[in-house]
Amino acid sequence: MTRYVMVADLERCVGCQTCTAACKHTNATAPGVQWRKVLDMEVGTYPDVRRAFVPVGCMHCADPPCMHVCPSNATKQRADGLVTIDYDLCIGCTYCAVACPYQARYMIEKPNQAYTKGRMRHELQREESERRGVAQKCTFCVDRIDYGLANGLTPGIDPAATPACVNACIASALQFGDIEDPQSNVSQLLASHKHFRMHEELGTEPGFYYLWEDQ
Amino acid sequence: MSVGGKPWLQTHWDWHVALNFLTGGSGSGLLLVAVLGALAGQSLAAPTWVGLLLVAGGLAQVSLHLGRPLRGLNVLLNPHTSWMTREAIVAGPLLALAGLAALLDSTVIGLLVGLLAAAFLYCQARILKEARGIPAWREPRIVPLVITTGLAEGLALYLLIAVAAGRNEALLPVGVALLAALVVRFTAWRRYRQALQGHAPLAALAVLDRAEGPFAGAGHVAPVLLLLVAVWVPSAQGPLVTMAALAALLAGWGVKFAIVTRASYNQGFAITHTPARGAGTGGIGDQPGW
Repeated sequence: MTRYVMVADLERCVGCQTCTAACKHTNATAPGVQWRKVLDMEVGTYPDVRRAFVPVGCMHCADPPCMHVCPSNATKQRADGLVTIDYDLCIGCTYCAVACPYQARYMIEKPNQAYTKGRMRHELQREESERRGVAQKCTFCVDRIDYGLANGLTPGIDPAATPACVNACIASALQFGDIEDPQSNVSQLLASHKHFRMHEELGTEPGFYYLWEDQ
Repeated sequence: MSVGGKPWLQTHWDWHVALNFLTGGSGSGLLLVAVLGALAGQSLAAPTWVGLLLVAGGLAQVSLHLGRPLRGLNVLLNPHTSWMTREAIVAGPLLALAGLAALLDSTVIGLLVGLLAAAFLYCQARILKEARGIPAWREPRIVPLVITTGLAEGLALYLLIAVAAGRNEALLPVGVALLAALVVRFTAWRRYRQALQGHAPLAALAVLDRAEGPFAGAGHVAPVLLLLVAVWVPSAQGPLVTMAALAALLAGWGVKFAIVTRASYNQGFAITHTPARGAGTGGIGDQPGW
């Protein structure tokens, strides 16, 4: 079995938002839509204050609430753990958006347009109209993964088969791979670091791990 | 300063969706009460028409909210796990049979309508509970709250219709039933609110606390007093019962509107630990806004 997960090393992340930009560039998401973003969290009170940069997005949960509530079966889960949306089935009820505890889902009605005076060339070229009026979220760059697998590449190792945010990370804080493979990069990292998953108490079994300290 | 971690008010489900919970809950409650009234010898035509219109109006409102309304029938595709699908599946026969029961004034068909109305109300409650991204909705005690307020609103509407139709013989039994329903509803509210303590963002709890005063005073104390006075002053029964029923109905709508549109803060983000930096060690985590 394969389950693809993402690992974010909070010791390495510097909050540069390059992953955010890479995601927007690759997926041509509309203004206001951020499938990947990095939170800037300040914890504690003076003089004991700490800061953490926390990448967030769809956690591709093993038990995804968004899929269970979806009335149209547009949200599905692949055998490799990726949670997908069929834009042709989705009715845009946004039930999934209120069911997701990670605020990972978006819906927009208007065409991509950042500025009021007309649309820019790239906005016209990447209209992605099938994503209008339906739910959308991070796909873990499923098209890149499928392309890589079809061409004998390894997701998480070969850039052409790896999510754009992971490729772009300047500090190698984001990693991607198969958690079921004990030799994979993500399995090795999880074995050598203390880690947690966000809102684990909700039982969604997110496929996104945060490293916070060496073992 | 932290950026982006705190829960914020969801805007996906706005007043369009809230109206479905308001009128759908009241309408299904009324359809249920109408059947009970029919079993006691009352005509079910008028309350069933009103209930049907309320349920249909709520569904029409929510369908306007869809991003792709022309694909609306896809809502029926996931009966295995989606309570929204189940609500839609129940709604079809509910509306058809309610229309038939009202036309024929048939108690037998009305019984079926009552069962479907109960199922519809339960589906509405479960729709909110399964929205796990919204702490004020996913609390299991929202289910009895939505059901009891639907029933109380149904009884209140039934009283209003009885007053308008001059069916004074129905006022006392239905008034007593409303009194009991209000006691149960407020108990359900208190249990819901207590269960949320420490399990929802502070902003959501503040919204619910602000809603509690009017809900308790105008929605429970006032109608109970008005109904009791109506028993002692039969000459003013009509206006007193009307005011009591309106207060009970509007309070139920008010609190549901607050829960759906104002207390619906999302989960926000949290970390259980802060990272080790340089030669330092990791530290405590944080869940801003909780």
